[in-house]
Amino acid sequence: MSTAVFAVGILALSACSGGGGGGDSADGRGDITIWYSNNESEVAWGKQMVEAWNADNPDEQISGQEIPAGTSSEEVIGAAITAGNAPCLIYNTAPAAVGQFEKQGGLVDLSSMDDGADYIEERSGDLAEQYQNTEGAYFQMPWKSNPVVIFYNKDMFTAAGLDAENPALSTYDDFLATSRTLVESGVAPNAILPAPTSEFFQTQFDFYPLYAAATGGTQIVEDGEATFADEAGYEVAEFWATMYEEGLSGREQAQGDAFADEDAAMAIVGPWAVSVYDSVNWGSVPVPTSEGISAEETWTFSDAKNVGLYSACDNQATAWDVLKFSTSEEQDGQLVELTGQMPLRENLQETYADYFEANPAYTAFGDQASRTVEVPPGPNTVQMLQAFRDAWSESVIFGEGDVRESLDAVATEVTEIAQQP
Amino acid sequence: MTAIATPPGTPGSPAPETGGKRSRRDSRGAPGGTNRRGRPLGRNPIGLLFSAPYLVFVGLIFAYPLGYSVWISFHDFFFTAPGAEVDRPFVGLDNFATALGDSAVRQSFVNVGVFLIINVPLTVVLSMVLATALNKVVRFRTFLRVSFYLPYVAASVAIVAVWIFLFNGSGLVNQVLGPLAPDPSWLISSVWAMPTIALFVTWKGLGFYILLYLAALQAVPKELYESASTDGAGAIRTFFSVTVPGVRPATVLVLLLATVTGANLFTEPYLLTGGGGPNGASASPVLIMYQKGLQQGQPDVAAAIGVILVVLVLIIAYLQNRFAGERD
Repeated sequence: MSTAVFAVGILALSACSGGGGGGDSADGRGDITIWYSNNESEVAWGKQMVEAWNADNPDEQISGQEIPAGTSSEEVIGAAITAGNAPCLIYNTAPAAVGQFEKQGGLVDLSSMDDGADYIEERSGDLAEQYQNTEGAYFQMPWKSNPVVIFYNKDMFTAAGLDAENPALSTYDDFLATSRTLVESGVAPNAILPAPTSEFFQTQFDFYPLYAAATGGTQIVEDGEATFADEAGYEVAEFWATMYEEGLSGREQAQGDAFADEDAAMAIVGPWAVSVYDSVNWGSVPVPTSEGISAEETWTFSDAKNVGLYSACDNQATAWDVLKFSTSEEQDGQLVELTGQMPLRENLQETYADYFEANPAYTAFGDQASRTVEVPPGPNTVQMLQAFRDAWSESVIFGEGDVRESLDAVATEVTEIAQQP
Repeated sequence: MTAIATPPGTPGSPAPETGGKRSRRDSRGAPGGTNRRGRPLGRNPIGLLFSAPYLVFVGLIFAYPLGYSVWISFHDFFFTAPGAEVDRPFVGLDNFATALGDSAVRQSFVNVGVFLIINVPLTVVLSMVLATALNKVVRFRTFLRVSFYLPYVAASVAIVAVWIFLFNGSGLVNQVLGPLAPDPSWLISSVWAMPTIALFVTWKGLGFYILLYLAALQAVPKELYESASTDGAGAIRTFFSVTVPGVRPATVLVLLLATVTGANLFTEPYLLTGGGGPNGASASPVLIMYQKGLQQGQPDVAAAIGVILVVLVLIIAYLQNRFAGERD
């Protein structure tokens, strides 16, 4: 009878070990440990950042390492917080999990630093606000976003007799018509194939980008109330329901990368896709809306990863300095250069004009980065997203029940969850 | 005569003597009620030494977390960093009410019930029949045994990928079935998803249970088979009259193990059906525990689900032992 009870019990056991930072941690200075993501380009960025810091700070050295392997980074971080052995900084903190980490007592309030809120708001501008908790404090440093757009395979569009340079994908009707042409012509078994699986985060790659675009950047929960059971939400859900019902999007998860394998002619992706799909002749457009709006007006989901300063850190003063160093204009430039991901920084395209001029494929993402929406804050974000995903799977993906009634019901449930402590 | 009729060491029996000398064991004090009372560590203290590491392991890794989980299930609990001071008030049965009030949790118990109804009998029957057949095979015996055992030792993650290729909409199984293939396909059908998982788990675990039965078959007296043959019993009659009763202790063990491991189903719905899909039709209680306890920050509700699951498994195990176990 191992897994059933002990999955929770073992983690509870770890709560009895380790130790947090001492009382002087906030002013502590000395060596620190940081974790960064384990993808190749971010490892390269992390290593050069650590090297640059260490060269100038012999008494406050950074030890950098890839985040330990686990089912997800969030579970690894959650276990590390409980065990009291989280590093000082983690450059891979998902905003959806920040509320839980805060509730666990695992994160340091960056607003409590002398220049904390000022530094964050000066760097990220208006976008910073959505990374505050419900009391207006910053328990995460907004770091980088991967604003999602639609990638399409130009060769497959051409083979289907579509205009590959100016594809009709701006409205729901256009998107559906183009999808029908793609599938009926036989060039692709799926027009687009967002993961139809049940994980809570999949909502961020089908419903949320389109809802953000339809509403000009409305979060799915605002002021403790679910927002999505409105006309915009209904239209987005009905659009996707039509895609699944007509077989334009498959209900089975892809094995491998559907876009690279040409199982789908389109994909919803962030700027990381530019380097990943270098063998595909791709084009990009913003996510569709009901009436079709220009790219300059379109909002989307951020797919951000932020930095957390963890309470187990003994040398928090050093960690805060490292955090500012690693999000400086110079290091953000390195981030763009090495990873193609967008620092959550105001005036991104002006600041790195040379980069975007030399890499025009990233220009659309650089522009889109200023219009991104984040998951709602709070300790119950994952619970809300899971409830939404379950309802979405039932009514939209598998077509069981009325879409509008399903959204109405889950909106009530999400509001209740949002108002729980 | 008494010494022969009563096993040595039996309380009240005289200790055997060798060559007129008391045995070495006896010289130290023969085992028995009187001497055991004089040796608090029993007659084999070294045994305690050897078993101590495992007892510590069981205590730390199983007993303590189990007890802690039960405690969590009755309190308002969430994981915190060391030193964080939070109230964890006793909430009685609130977590159990929350768990059972959640339709996804109730659905998961129904799902795992369906899984066990398919998986456990199939495991018992197939492993017993295959072990009996393998026991008689002379040529390729090792090859066949290894072949059956290989899926058991292979990582689920790797094998799941193969099964997805076999059972997806355009997979080999549907190509063979042609118009008979279910629509929607196996892994996205609310009817077929759980039976497909049960089939996968049965196939994957079969090698282990075959080994248990092979070991049990070695203990069935050859004379019984000879006697059955002399009495004119055929292969099927011999199987049901000699083999099945002869391996009954192993059958009870297989029943218990298959039930316990089946109730802890997690990896297969997590990977094979994309997190318990379609639409929760293959979600298991442990998968829901994972979602609630580790993803959603509700370890108290997750612990309540776990406690309910343990109680249900204990009831099933008792019934299995009661009706399939040795009665003598």
